[in-house]
Amino acid sequence: MSEATVADTRRLNSKPQDLTDAYGPPSNFLEIDVYDPQTIGVGRNRFTTYEVRMRTNLPIFKLKESCVRRRYSDFEWLKNELERDSKIVVPPLPGKALKRQLPFRGDEGIFEESFIEERRAGLEQFINRIAGHPLAQNERCLHMFLQEESIDRNYIPGKV
Amino acid sequence: MSFFSFGQTAEIDVVLNDAETRKKAEHKTEDGKKDKYFLFYDGETVSGKVNVTLKNPGKRLEHQGIKVEFIGQIELYYDRGNHHEFVSLVKDLARPGEMAQSQTFDFEFTHVEKPYESYTGQNVKLRYFLRATISRRLNDVCKEMDIVVHTLSTYPELNTSIKMEVGIEDCLHIEFEYNKSKYHLKDVIVGKIYFLLVRIKIKHMEIDIIKRETTGTGPNVYHENDTIAKYEIMDGAPVRGESIPIRLFLAGYEMTPTMRDVNKKFSVRYYLNLVLIDEEERRYFKQQEITLWRKGDIVRKSMSHQAAIASQRFEGSASAEKALSQAKEDDN
Repeated sequence: MSEATVADTRRLNSKPQDLTDAYGPPSNFLEIDVYDPQTIGVGRNRFTTYEVRMRTNLPIFKLKESCVRRRYSDFEWLKNELERDSKIVVPPLPGKALKRQLPFRGDEGIFEESFIEERRAGLEQFINRIAGHPLAQNERCLHMFLQEESIDRNYIPGKV
Repeated sequence: MSFFSFGQTAEIDVVLNDAETRKKAEHKTEDGKKDKYFLFYDGETVSGKVNVTLKNPGKRLEHQGIKVEFIGQIELYYDRGNHHEFVSLVKDLARPGEMAQSQTFDFEFTHVEKPYESYTGQNVKLRYFLRATISRRLNDVCKEMDIVVHTLSTYPELNTSIKMEVGIEDCLHIEFEYNKSKYHLKDVIVGKIYFLLVRIKIKHMEIDIIKRETTGTGPNVYHENDTIAKYEIMDGAPVRGESIPIRLFLAGYEMTPTMRDVNKKFSVRYYLNLVLIDEEERRYFKQQEITLWRKGDIVRKSMSHQAAIASQRFEGSASAEKALSQAKEDDN
């Protein structure tokens, strides 16, 4: 047995938490749903659009709720813009499925229900991951993608 | 050992005078194993005997001199040929000549300066050792005995706490505080993380202890980082106004004191890394250096002596004095 002094392990003093902060709504609410796939057009000029609905209380987004229609190539455009302008590692999109676009397939190719569902889930995961990134939230292309009716491909890239 | 000699061969070994009483300390070897070595402090005398044993009785041993050295050296693994000796003491034990029989030589290195702590790292090694050598024409006979040196410090006069507000604009603001900036190796890090603004979805938070070994100078500086510990301090999403306590006991981890620019060859520094991980596995971190130092061991008192001191507080002087003298007798 030595005469060692017991280490002082008492907690440091801290301010008591305000109850409105403790029980109020969290300030990090951000939810994006990708749903309701609709195939538009006929024959070889068909394409699928998805509804992208966002609900948030983050002050960086101008609208607390928004709802737009987007197609796969719009998601590709967003990915390319972010890869070029921001310093983040952009998560992958679900596949382009070029094989499915070749003729003489037994099934509906890219308009097959199971494929659309797989793609929808992948796009939802992609947009949630990217919209939650603090650096991506600074890019104008993300805000335009989520909250403006249509994407202006001739926009001037920049930060909000 | 030469198989074809008809002459004499000898064995040499080194024994310390205080081998019975001197404490040993564990030290990691280069290949990761742990061994025990005699423990020395700065200023202590290193004394002992060198035994030269002749293998073939009756034959004489011709030699060019017998000596013992005390060496402190730094070895960089990428430059093994060059040893940087910062302590080098020699004692000549025998002049060149002949030895007719086995002999023992006394030696003493008085009050040897041992300015740095023994260190075995990823890219550099600092060691102290005794080396006894019989010089001969063709091949020397030599034996090395490694010792371990610890450098001790006392509680620093100035030991301010570390308190800082950091974050990402409009996204995450925290204030972190650690109770000290200098900790001894068996200390406790007491701190807290206070959340001022949380606009990201945090999953959990941890504190890592990182050891950074720096070797080389100028353009050839090389840092080797090693995460010694990962300690989760929060699981779940915090909100504004929440305060998360930190209590991290250092005694459980294998660490050395902070070594800054040792002999201008290398440094070993320690950092606390506060890491927040969000729902998408994104990591937000803040690194802060801490200074580690080694505290000397307290002299141990026997149990009965301890009991006697305790009774002194309760019973009053007369019976306590009797107990104390009894305890002293028991010790002897």
